[in-house]
Amino acid sequence: MSAVTSRRGDIWQRFAVAIPYLWLLVFFLAPFAIILKISVADPVMAQPPFTPAFDDAGGLQISADNYAFLLTDKLYAITYLKSVLMALSATALCLLLGFPIAYGIARAESATRNILLLLIVLPFWISFLLRVYAWMGLLNNYGVINNLLMWLGITEQPIPMMYTDFAIYIGLVYSYLPFMILPLYATLERMNLDLVEAAQDLGATSSRAFWDITWPLARPGVIAGSLLVFIPATGEYVIPYLLGGPESLLIGRVLFDEFFVNRDWPLASAVAIVLVVLVVIPIVLLQRYQAKAAEQTA
Amino acid sequence: MKRQSRFVFSMLVFGYAFLYVPLLSVVVYSFNDSKLATIWGGFSTRWYVELLKNDQVISALLLSLKIAISAATLATFFGTMAGIALSRFGRFRGRNLFTGMITSPMVMPEVITGLSLLLLFVTLQQLTGWPSQRGYATITIAHTTFAMAYVAVIVQSRLAAMDQSLEEAAMDLGGHPFRVMIDITLPLILPAMVAGWLLAFTLSLDDLVIASFVSGPGGSTLPMLIFSKVKLGVTPDINALATLIMLFVSAGVLVAWTIGRRMRRP
Repeated sequence: MSAVTSRRGDIWQRFAVAIPYLWLLVFFLAPFAIILKISVADPVMAQPPFTPAFDDAGGLQISADNYAFLLTDKLYAITYLKSVLMALSATALCLLLGFPIAYGIARAESATRNILLLLIVLPFWISFLLRVYAWMGLLNNYGVINNLLMWLGITEQPIPMMYTDFAIYIGLVYSYLPFMILPLYATLERMNLDLVEAAQDLGATSSRAFWDITWPLARPGVIAGSLLVFIPATGEYVIPYLLGGPESLLIGRVLFDEFFVNRDWPLASAVAIVLVVLVVIPIVLLQRYQAKAAEQTA
Repeated sequence: MKRQSRFVFSMLVFGYAFLYVPLLSVVVYSFNDSKLATIWGGFSTRWYVELLKNDQVISALLLSLKIAISAATLATFFGTMAGIALSRFGRFRGRNLFTGMITSPMVMPEVITGLSLLLLFVTLQQLTGWPSQRGYATITIAHTTFAMAYVAVIVQSRLAAMDQSLEEAAMDLGGHPFRVMIDITLPLILPAMVAGWLLAFTLSLDDLVIASFVSGPGGSTLPMLIFSKVKLGVTPDINALATLIMLFVSAGVLVAWTIGRRMRRP
C-alpha cells in the first residue's frame, strides 16, 4: 500500500480500530480492574455488599484479607489443586480419545471426511447444557446404562455413577472433545503421509514411525487442542454442578456459590483473580501458537 | 479408500457412538408416555403438547431469541471491524493488547467473564444510574463481548487466505480506502460474516453461566429456565424441549453446510 493512500485512509482506519477497541476496553479490560478493586475490599451488609476503596475521609482502605484467607484456608488450596488436576486429566483423556479420531478423519476419503467433520462440529452447535443433561439420563441409578446392565444380568444392584467424579470426567470429555479433535485434525490433515510410509518402507515399526514422525508433526495441534480443553475446563461450573456430587467441589462452583449463596463479593472476586492467574499463562501460550499458525497459513 | 488400521477404525466407531448415543437417548425418551423419565411407558407425544402450552418456556425462548439476534448483529459489526484491522492494517499502536483482548474471551472460564461483567454493571449503576435493571440489555452486551471474538477470528482467517491485489489495484486507481472497503472487501468477506453471525447467534442462545451472572430478576433466558428445572433431575418435558432444539439446530447446520459446499464448488 503506497504512503499516499494509507494517509488518506488514516481516519477511516483509526475509526475501524477504535470502535471495537473501545468496546473491549470498557467491557473486557475495565471489568478486570473492578474485580481487582473489589477483591481488596471487605464485605459489609450493604448494597453493594463491599467497602468502598476510599473511606469518607478520602483515605485508601484496602486489605489483603481475602487473599490471605485463600492462601491459609486448606479447603481453597485443595479446591484449586483439584480443579487443575481434573482439567489436566480431562485434557489427557480428550487427547487419548481425540487423536485416533482426528487421525482417522484426516485419512478418510474427502467425501467421507467432510461428513465426519460435520458430525464432530454438530454437537458443538447443540446446546452445551442439553448435552450435559443427556448424561444425567444415562448415568442415573435408574438410568439407561444401569437399566441395561441389570437387564443383561451384569449387575443386580444399580452401580452408582451419577454425582461422582467419574460422571464429571465423562461430562468434561464429552463436552470438550470437539475442541481437541478440530485443531488435531487441522495439523494431521496437512501432514505428508508419504513420510510415514517411507519410514515404514525403510523398516521402521509402526510405533517407531508414529513417535518419530507423526507425533512431532502433530505437536502444534496437540498443544492448541490441549489448551483449548484445559483453560475452560479449569473453571467449569455446569458440569460439576449437574453431574458431580456435593463433595466434588471445583473452583468454578465455589466462585459461583461464594457470590450468589454467601453473597461475599470481595472473596468471590479474590477467587476469580487467583483463577485468572492460574489460566493466564496457558492463554498467552495459546495466543502464541495461534499467531504462529496464522502466519503459516498466510 | 485409504486403508484405516483396525484400531483407528474402531476408535472412530467408538468416538462417534460416544458423541451421539446420549443425544439419541434424549430423543427416544422424549416420546416416553411415563412421567418417570427413565421408565418406558409406551409411545406418546404428550410432552410436546404440554411444552407448547407452557408460557414460561415460550417467554424465555422469545427473550433468548431477542438477545441472540441483537448480540449476533452487534458482534458481527464489531468483530468484522476487528478482523479487518488485524489482518489489513499491519502494525498499529496497541495491537498486542488488541489481539489479547480479542482472543482471551474465547477461552476465559465463563465464571470469570460473568462475574467481571456483573461487577462492571453494578459499578456503572452506582456511578451513572445505568443500567437501572439487568436483563435484555446487559445480557446482550455480555454476549456481544465474547461472541465478537469468534467473528473477528473467522473474518481474519478469511482475509488472510484472500489475495490483497484486488484491493490494492482499486486503491492504486484512486479509490478511497473506505469505498474500496465497502465495494470490494465486504462482498468478499460476506460468507465469513454470515458464518460469524450464525456462530455468534448460537453461542448467545446457548450461554447459561454468563447470562446467570448479568441477568436480574425476571430476566430468565431459555438456558436459565432449563437449568433451574434440570437441577432437580431428568424430566420428560425437558427431553421434548431438547429434542426440538436439536432438530432445529441440526436442520440449520445441514442447510448452512449444503449451501457452503455448493458455493465452494466452481
